Amino acid sequence: MEKTIEIRWHGRAGQGVVTAAVTLADVLSTEKGKFVQAFPEFGAEKRGAPILAFNRISNKPIRSHSQVYYPDIVVVTDPSLLGMVDIAEGAKENAIFIINTTYELPLIREKLSLGERKIYGLDAYTIAADELGKAIPNVPMVAALIKITQIMDLEKFQKRLKVSLSKKLRPEVVEKNLRTTDRAFKEVKEG
Amino acid sequence: MSKFVTLNGNQTIGEAARQIDPDVIAAYPITPSTAIVETIAKFKADGLISGEFVCPESEHSAMSLCIGAASAGGRVMTATASQGLALMWEMLYIAAGLRLPIVAAIANRSLSAPINIHGDHSDTMGARDSGWIQIYSENCQEAYDNFIQAFRIAEHLDVRTPVLVGLDGFIISHSMEVIQVEDDAEVKKFIGEYKSLYPLLDSKVKMTVGPIDFTDYYFEHKRNQLEGIENAPQVIEEVGKEFGKKFGREYGFFEGYRLDDAELCIVAMSSAAGTCKDAIDELRSEGKRVGLLKPRIFRPFPHQRISEALIKMKAVAVLDRSSSPGAFGAPLFTEIRSALYDYEERPKITNYVYGLGGRDIKIEHFKEVTDDLEKIAETGKVEKVYSYINLRE
Repeated sequence: MEKTIEIRWHGRAGQGVVTAAVTLADVLSTEKGKFVQAFPEFGAEKRGAPILAFNRISNKPIRSHSQVYYPDIVVVTDPSLLGMVDIAEGAKENAIFIINTTYELPLIREKLSLGERKIYGLDAYTIAADELGKAIPNVPMVAALIKITQIMDLEKFQKRLKVSLSKKLRPEVVEKNLRTTDRAFKEVKEG
Repeated sequence: MSKFVTLNGNQTIGEAARQIDPDVIAAYPITPSTAIVETIAKFKADGLISGEFVCPESEHSAMSLCIGAASAGGRVMTATASQGLALMWEMLYIAAGLRLPIVAAIANRSLSAPINIHGDHSDTMGARDSGWIQIYSENCQEAYDNFIQAFRIAEHLDVRTPVLVGLDGFIISHSMEVIQVEDDAEVKKFIGEYKSLYPLLDSKVKMTVGPIDFTDYYFEHKRNQLEGIENAPQVIEEVGKEFGKKFGREYGFFEGYRLDDAELCIVAMSSAAGTCKDAIDELRSEGKRVGLLKPRIFRPFPHQRISEALIKMKAVAVLDRSSSPGAFGAPLFTEIRSALYDYEERPKITNYVYGLGGRDIKIEHFKEVTDDLEKIAETGKVEKVYSYINLRE
């Protein structure tokens, strides 16, 4: 990884999008020794409103503190945002898109004019509803990102995720969250 | 052993506070500094802080408590932002006037109206004549390092002046980064024991704190107060060097980035300086001889050092994250322009206000500023002394 990887998360306030960015940063810094940033959009906070969160990941210290305008990776945690906000805005020529959706991925590619860029999808709502009992898509979306970028294997990811989630969640809830990552690893598909 | 951890700016200050473990921490939570107070409250509840933690009914009371505790002889800190700092106003002057070495972390935020919770420097710039030393941080690491050094500077017997450490609201306070946290014992050793010179709790010495002082001696006492902040530069420099020797990260009055052979210079403080460094690397690869000067200490203003660094430039752009309505330029600009006045040969200089209320500044904006600087250097003319970046007009 020569250059800094920039990630933009699109979600809705209350979906744990900032937590997703923070969790990813925590895992990559502790398990891979990366320099990381995780930060929220400098905007309003209203539950349900479209929001952004960001990551930067690098092998050297990160200096930039602007928001991410030219993402390498775009993650969308709520399919109802598709067509409503421009998720491809500024995305690099070789950007990859990871979307929580039940729509056909070729359709999304066509509708959003993503061209030849890679797009991946998973039904994170169903995964979370099945395993957690609540349709909170953030953890399976982080897992999908880890899987697609092949930055680390599932076991290593889960080891750190367990530590990270255990700071705030009860052990049985942590276990349920880990199950969502098993499924996200299996179910995320390229389209 | 120092270790790398991922923390946001607020947690960073909380971590430093735990290591320093002041006698009294009095703070009232306000966005975006709330998590500093939360982190400290949790440390206290978990038994990791032995000092008193007090959360009174307002920021005015928090600073009043700090003043009382510091007068009693304690090592004292607080944290706040924006309207919270504004509500402390009269007490800020009293803390400085009584020469109490209180340390405050400020998650820099805009002031109302209109209401906005995001980052700019209006709060601390408004406090610039209150008598406090002001240190600004580019990122989470600097916030941590500056906060530790602040105690050494404030408590030095030649200084005994309160210090505030700014970190940009949200942009740093809520941004998680990898920082090097030093060993608890080493931090404690670095800041050392604090011994108050005139503790009110010393019942053997009778004295009054803050009495009436009218036309007869008020002026002399205010003049004496200045000694503290006037003595600060030497201490700031020594502490910055010692910190570098001990922990490997040395600090001075400002940081120069690719300044040595620069002809054009951008002056910017805090988080924007980091983004500016990335912009400068890109501009350098296009052959543009541009550098950055990032002031770290704003009070006392290091006028001579900054002038010496800027004097050989052809053109200088000073970027302010606050405005000073009705003044001839924003706060950082007026300082620097004034500092350059005594030099026969001096660069052309221009002022930009950016980022009010958290408006983002990105690499492209620094490129636009550099384009302007090239034009100024070429023509020798400053067409607009004062303008704005990334503003709809």
